[in-house]
Amino acid sequence: MLRFVAHRVLISIPTLLVITLVVFSLQALLPGDIARVMMGEEADPAALAIIRAKYYLDQPFFLRYLRWLWGLLGGDFGESLRIRQPVAPMLVDKLPVTLHLAAFAMLISLAIGIPAGIVSAIKRGKAWDYSANVVALSGISIPNFWLGIMLILFFSVHLGWLPPGGYVSPREGIVESHLHLLMPAFVLGAALAAAMMRHTRSAMLGVMRQDYVRTARAKGLSERTIILKHALRNALVPIITLGTLQFGTLLAGAVLTEQVFNIPGLGKLIVDGVFNRDYAVVQAVTLLTGLGFILMSLLADIGYFIVNPKVRTNTL
Amino acid sequence: MTAVAETDLAEAELIEEPPRSNARRVVRRFMRNRAAVVGLVIVSLFVLVALLAPLLAPFDPLKTNWLTVRKPPSAAHWLGTDDLGRDALSRLMYGARASLMAGVVSVFIAFVIGVPIGLLSGYVGKWFDGAVMRVIDALLAVPFLILAIALAAFLGPSLTNAMIALGVSAAPLFARLARGQTLVVKVEEYVEAARAIGAPHWLILTRHIFPNTLPPLLVQATLSIATAIIAEAALAFLGLGQQAPAPSWGSMLNTARSFLVQAPWMAVWPGIAIFLTVLGFNLLGDGLHDALDPKDE
Repeated sequence: MLRFVAHRVLISIPTLLVITLVVFSLQALLPGDIARVMMGEEADPAALAIIRAKYYLDQPFFLRYLRWLWGLLGGDFGESLRIRQPVAPMLVDKLPVTLHLAAFAMLISLAIGIPAGIVSAIKRGKAWDYSANVVALSGISIPNFWLGIMLILFFSVHLGWLPPGGYVSPREGIVESHLHLLMPAFVLGAALAAAMMRHTRSAMLGVMRQDYVRTARAKGLSERTIILKHALRNALVPIITLGTLQFGTLLAGAVLTEQVFNIPGLGKLIVDGVFNRDYAVVQAVTLLTGLGFILMSLLADIGYFIVNPKVRTNTL
Repeated sequence: MTAVAETDLAEAELIEEPPRSNARRVVRRFMRNRAAVVGLVIVSLFVLVALLAPLLAPFDPLKTNWLTVRKPPSAAHWLGTDDLGRDALSRLMYGARASLMAGVVSVFIAFVIGVPIGLLSGYVGKWFDGAVMRVIDALLAVPFLILAIALAAFLGPSLTNAMIALGVSAAPLFARLARGQTLVVKVEEYVEAARAIGAPHWLILTRHIFPNTLPPLLVQATLSIATAIIAEAALAFLGLGQQAPAPSWGSMLNTARSFLVQAPWMAVWPGIAIFLTVLGFNLLGDGLHDALDPKDE
């Protein structure tokens, strides 16, 4: 087990390094001199020289990259140009909000996607299956920010049932907090629920054709036992792996959802960073989502290793 | 019929029939799939609207009118007007141009960058493939939309930059797919034969490998247009795409957000347009996939 984890961590290192290089290279896309972008076209040459020296802009690109990388290893994500403060504490402040939203969205997508996929597989070719597929395809095709606007229009403006936005920490009231997050989490989880439904359906159809399911039927077990104990347990492994890997997609979707519902998370941080030309913030959030994805795929692999005996035997 | 004539006929069938009948089979299979045909009709309608917008639009999409500010749908303005009194239907029709162009152009950029890299990586193999794949893995690790937002932020907000950002962000997906297909095709007998007769590498790649990797790449391209249309709308919604006063569905939604109570119709139509177009491309992509998939034979 330890050997597998160590091996998996080791092969993630080159990918991590390339992500850092890609994120750092974004600076090269800025039109013209970075110091001028920071200080404005009319900036005093002396002030420009100070900025260049302070941020090592007078040094070669690769040296700056190594310096930045070294800082990252010590938890230094750079300094916000707008508020002249380190970015790391801002990330620490906003990350829990986005994780809370993403986790709630994941829960909603699992709660909708898996049962719908199971029923769709069992009732293959029937009205339920077709309807579920139409709903799933619609879920994938609806832009989540528009769905958010429509839900606000209906549930907040028209009916007045749910708050139109904002964030309340669970520490201030667990019910209030989740009432605020219900619409954003549903919006964020809708597309994933659709994808989950499609994958669950296809995994269940694959498993239902297996010999052990036929044997279970021949033994006279009830259809309920066959589906829940034999088929679902085996179909769940790839579904959970997919769910873990989709966590990164949820983080990306959170950018728009947080914008629509005015939630102060990482998504709002990156969008504010874009408009304030706070490039260190944009880089830090981009990097963090990349790191998050690598971490989630690592966890998915470890989870797969634990639950799937075939992988265990082949790896060790 | 003589033996010679029979042989000639068989040869003619071998030479001419398979490609034609294969294409016909794909078209027949596609046309039998009702959902795919619906997708094709939806996409064709939106393409027509985008192309004929100057002829179809009842009003100038940029012309403001203070007498018709935020008017609900009526006989004069079928879909209502916006906060500056502009006709929503006309803006929606012109907005189709920005959205469809962003979808097609960004996928074209992704295709042009990603496919040659994937073909080369798969064909050359060894350390080159390993190095390229590490870069592709790293780019795929950063969520598509976040990478596009970061790129658009550094390039500056405009429709062109949004298309570049989306194209570059989607390129790794095409590279990975092209590489996988190349690994399968490069061990086929006809590629071995081309190599045996001394055909140069570029010719093998362009004439023998590339055409045979195309079907799954075309399916991916169709599905990617759907993703790119949503992503462009998202960038425009965030203010990083098409800039005012030119209309785009995403920027129309961005404006509509501020008038949800006073003019809810402003938020409804652009969303429906995005939804239908994306649904059309998704149905079309799924249909193409089923029609081109030999497993269904």
